[in-house]
Amino acid sequence: MPTLNKPNGSNLNNESKSKIALQIENLNVHFGEGHDRFQAVKDVSISVAEGGSFGLVGESGSGKSTVLRAVSGLVTDWDGVIDVDGEHISKKREMSYCRTIQMVFQDPYASLHPRHSIDRTLSEPLRLHKFDNIDDRVNQALIDVGLGASFRFRYPHQLSGGQRQRVAIARALMLEPVILLLDEPTSALDVSVQAEILNLLSDIRKKRKLTYILVTHDLAVVAHMCDEIAVMSHGEIVEVMDVDTMRHSTPKHEYTRELLQASEGYQPEA
Amino acid sequence: MSKPLLEVEDLWVRFPSKRRVVEAVRGISFSVGRERVGIVGESGSGKSMTGRAILRLIREPGEVEAKKIHFDGQDLQGLSEKQMRDVRGHKISLVMQDPKFSLNPVMKVGDQIAEAYRVHTNASKAEAKKRSIEMLNAVQIRNPERVYDSYPHEVSGGMGQRIMIAMMLIPEPDLLIADEPTSALDVTVQMRVLQIMDKLVKERGMGLIFISHDLNLVASFCDRVIIMYGGRIVETCRADELQNAKHPYTRGLLNALPDIHKPKDQLSVLERDPKWIEDPSVDAYS
Repeated sequence: MPTLNKPNGSNLNNESKSKIALQIENLNVHFGEGHDRFQAVKDVSISVAEGGSFGLVGESGSGKSTVLRAVSGLVTDWDGVIDVDGEHISKKREMSYCRTIQMVFQDPYASLHPRHSIDRTLSEPLRLHKFDNIDDRVNQALIDVGLGASFRFRYPHQLSGGQRQRVAIARALMLEPVILLLDEPTSALDVSVQAEILNLLSDIRKKRKLTYILVTHDLAVVAHMCDEIAVMSHGEIVEVMDVDTMRHSTPKHEYTRELLQASEGYQPEA
Repeated sequence: MSKPLLEVEDLWVRFPSKRRVVEAVRGISFSVGRERVGIVGESGSGKSMTGRAILRLIREPGEVEAKKIHFDGQDLQGLSEKQMRDVRGHKISLVMQDPKFSLNPVMKVGDQIAEAYRVHTNASKAEAKKRSIEMLNAVQIRNPERVYDSYPHEVSGGMGQRIMIAMMLIPEPDLLIADEPTSALDVTVQMRVLQIMDKLVKERGMGLIFISHDLNLVASFCDRVIIMYGGRIVETCRADELQNAKHPYTRGLLNALPDIHKPKDQLSVLERDPKWIEDPSVDAYS
């Protein structure tokens, strides 16, 4: 259902559209056991073309982050099909899988180890995956995210929120992934810093031909970053639309309209 | 506008440390009537400290200094700690950002709201409970009886924030200081919370200081906006004129926001001018 046949619209060109980077079919995710068993994600299917940028929006508790966590392997109690680069993903992840998919988390204050230097944070994945030229790669990564090599031996507490998020992005890029999962990457940041990080993410996507899956509750941010948007509510995808449909406020589902309306600012009670 | 509810003149908040003194708020003057005033700024601009300084909630070693903090004709600086306790909650309430840290985790939600009511009135327990449940209803919590008997960990973030608001509003304050009250909430819940506060301003003539980093929200919700940068007020204007703001900082913030209807390849990045820090604070009287 969610693979849209669009006669026009979408900024994706036809070449990149032909290859699917991530395909999810009938994904179900459960939490808990027995009486407390709770289904967080119900029958979610999406497909993201290579080089595409796909947005997932919805309220807290709608299951949008859980989809990302299932794809990245942080949640294990799932069934359905997840295809990355045309290959089925099994429950047990191979080392090589980590190199294709990486994730950036919401809170830059919580996602970096407070007692590891930036150097250690960035070089650890390289060591685990037996990369060469670790020194050069760490320096280059810091330059690529706009920090510069001088940040290499600092600790997270010496950095601002925006700088930490840049480190988190650098860490995600260390293993040269194809797909980047972004879980509310800017919601903890000030608007001016948000602009910097979003610009950085768009530049990196262009330069490295990455595929993005962006989870956020901010419709303006998805509209800026993504070509295609899925709206989630209570664990289900209620609507998939391209960005033009959203801009022209013509979504079909009532919940999507409510979200759009709310993003226009405050409206006194009718 | 009649006589302002709150008048603040030349307010400073300082945190001395061994090496230097950090000045969080640097000599700001403003007033608030029975209206909705938005204070916007980025983290570290001193907006939260302003709200806390009014209620004398800055902890040691922080220092607050002002030529004048007058509330309803009363000099708040001259009050003893005991008198101040009567002002807090009863006359001026503060809603903080995160319900997780502002609710007592080992006390039932309802008892906390009822306590807020009983401290400031001579109401009986039964009456306080009745009022609390009414208040929970007013902040649009479904099934208020069940929520009354819940502990904070049993309610969601959005509900926690509405509980906080219920607790702050039950003593019927004249002025509500809301410090990012809706930042942790979903947009749809946020709208409901704002409507509740809006109603109180309109119907009861409450004054509201709405501290936020969300420019669009403040522009659409408030009557007046104060923009803070580096502990000073750089600009003040009517909320519906925020789009025409002149100060380069305000302009920069507005331009840095992505807009659903105006797609652009790159967002413009705020270039900070060191002069902004040095510029004198603008007075923001109503």
